[in-house]
Amino acid sequence: MKPTPMLKDELDIVIPTIRNLDFLEMWRPFFEQYHLIIIQDGDPSKTINIPQGFDYELYNRNDINRILGPKASCISFKDSACRCFGYMVSKKKYIFTIDDDCFVAKDPSGKEINALEQHIKNLLTPSTPHFFNTLYDPYGDGADFVRGYPFSMREGAITAVSHGLWLNIPDYDAPTQLVKPLERNTRKFEQTSFAMPPFFLEPVLLFYLLVSVLVKCRYVDAVMTIPKGTLFPMCGMNLAFDRELIGPAMYFGLMGDGQPIGRYDDMWAGWCVKVICDHMGWGVKTGLPYIWHSKASNPLVNLRKEYNGIFWQEEAIPFFQSVTLPKECTSVQQCYIEMAKLVKEKLGKVDPYFIKLADGMVTWIEAWDEINSPDGAKAKAPVGKDK
Amino acid sequence: MAEINKNEVDIVIGAVNADLTQFLSSWRPFFSGFHLIVVKDPELKDELNIPDGFDVDVYSKTDMEKVVGASNSSMFSGYSCRYFGYLISKKKYIVSIDDDCVPAKDPKGFLVDAVSQHVNNLEKPATPLFFNTLYDPYTEGADFVRGYPFSLREGVPCAASCGLWLNLADLDAPTQALKTEQRNTTYVDAVLTVPLKAMLPISGINIAFNRELVGPALVPALRLAGEGKVRWETLEDVWCGMCLKHISDHLGYGVKTGLPYVWRNERGDAVESLRKKWEGMKLMEKSVPFFESLKLPETALKVEDCVIELAKAVKEQLGSEDAAFTQAADAMVKWVQLWNSVNSSE
Repeated sequence: MKPTPMLKDELDIVIPTIRNLDFLEMWRPFFEQYHLIIIQDGDPSKTINIPQGFDYELYNRNDINRILGPKASCISFKDSACRCFGYMVSKKKYIFTIDDDCFVAKDPSGKEINALEQHIKNLLTPSTPHFFNTLYDPYGDGADFVRGYPFSMREGAITAVSHGLWLNIPDYDAPTQLVKPLERNTRKFEQTSFAMPPFFLEPVLLFYLLVSVLVKCRYVDAVMTIPKGTLFPMCGMNLAFDRELIGPAMYFGLMGDGQPIGRYDDMWAGWCVKVICDHMGWGVKTGLPYIWHSKASNPLVNLRKEYNGIFWQEEAIPFFQSVTLPKECTSVQQCYIEMAKLVKEKLGKVDPYFIKLADGMVTWIEAWDEINSPDGAKAKAPVGKDK
Repeated sequence: MAEINKNEVDIVIGAVNADLTQFLSSWRPFFSGFHLIVVKDPELKDELNIPDGFDVDVYSKTDMEKVVGASNSSMFSGYSCRYFGYLISKKKYIVSIDDDCVPAKDPKGFLVDAVSQHVNNLEKPATPLFFNTLYDPYTEGADFVRGYPFSLREGVPCAASCGLWLNLADLDAPTQALKTEQRNTTYVDAVLTVPLKAMLPISGINIAFNRELVGPALVPALRLAGEGKVRWETLEDVWCGMCLKHISDHLGYGVKTGLPYVWRNERGDAVESLRKKWEGMKLMEKSVPFFESLKLPETALKVEDCVIELAKAVKEQLGSEDAAFTQAADAMVKWVQLWNSVNSSE
């Protein structure tokens, strides 16, 4: 078994945050050698506490405004969607992004999971979008292609995205959270889990305190490629991608402050990314690695944020399922601009928000190209740097 | 898992080996209470050895000839003998397991009830139109994730449940010959729906399906010239699976894959199988672009019509590539005729 390369000079870890980065302490053995890009959302005058010894650059809203000027309008405020600014300013080939309430999970044997290493393995091995392998990732240790798998397809496609999963608090929408407040996706054989959500101040939800639940669990020991032509809900909590390949399509949209929608940033990016990856012949993997998601957000707050999204996604999904990008779109930027055009045309009539979003998509590409052009390095240094 | 109605299930076993004692004894806890159909490979000379205590009907070459005529019984030779069981069954669900497989153990050490898992898979909806990242949303402790469209959460009827194998996985001969020691030890605790339009190689080793829904679509059609009595030397199930998936996609049904696992015993010699001219590889290469571009007519609304249309397309587009395809197309048409004649006289 070949050891997985660390890629420490080729990968940036992008973390959006509004409070502190104490969670990094648990990740230290796995993250310490990597460069971090921290996007501080919310009040820029606040100081974010970052544990000692990490190599990072930090951007707050003032930096984003300064660097992008009027184009900063495409970056969300008061929403973790702002993380995509980190993708834009990174100079590395790969990005790993993780939420600040995600911790190191353990596999069924009790061993701590190095999520970053697994993501790297996923990205460095091919995908199989054109034919489904029933034993899942054929490039994994001890795995292979099954009988009947066409030999001409066994080289696979380049992997653009590695989508990881979560133990403990699953990534459910608000209605599901309300109906199933106690459900946990936990590691096999662990019999109890405490639910300690932050909304314990709400009287109606006080009963959550000190609840211990016995739940069935699902650690699914597989990585698989999502077939070409199939859409999926991409969660940004535990995600890695080849920035040089698909970076320009990883725009997390207009969410949060001043916007009629929230908690659809990663979904939107995922639909655009999948359509473009399918067009370009690249693969998207999902499955391992797992991280431990600790914080259940308030489902009533979530419902308010998601409300429009729940209806709009019914229009958006058929739209994405029917999009055909012209052959002339040979770069991701071209694909993305074309997508923005189609969004305006087809979804603009659903709600004016989509017209704004389409404009945001175009602004994003313009900003991306500017920042990443040869003289784009005139982007001024951010506020916080350490090590 | 939910209780299943045993009266709705037939367990169909194709006997490629004569001695079924170890096989049936090991499955007894899970086969008990079910009706079994054992179909003997017409080319098998020895008498079948079946232990007592099962509710079983055994069919051999003589029975086949009575039902389908002497000229058609060759359709059911080798691994394809089980299709005769599919043909004459009167139940809603079929579960079919190769006779060299025994119950597997899950990571807790408990024996896996493959029959119950298959029937549960078939009874719950499938979700081919949008991928759920937590896999089967209808299983206990799981659900649809954020971002999954609500309009798609009812799912569609499940046509087939494709199980997996621990120990000797269903690899092809070159792969197994290259990695002689490789055994599948990873237990992936998931059932998932194979998305719409995605093609996959369905293995006949451990499979179940809704016979009432898609019975005629499981076609015993593609026979390799050098087809043998080890899975490495066959492709009938892979072809059948390509047809089944395509028809399911066309009719709006789903195909699931994943649990249950069975434990597949050591048998055969991959290197030995490699010595035979391995035409399966060639045929698969030709089949893939065919299925990729195939569009069944909107007017094909019944499974039987879909099979006939598919057979027509196979003959037209693949017939000139290899005689095996022409024979497969003819077999598919014949199969539908047999299906209609056997199942109409009820």
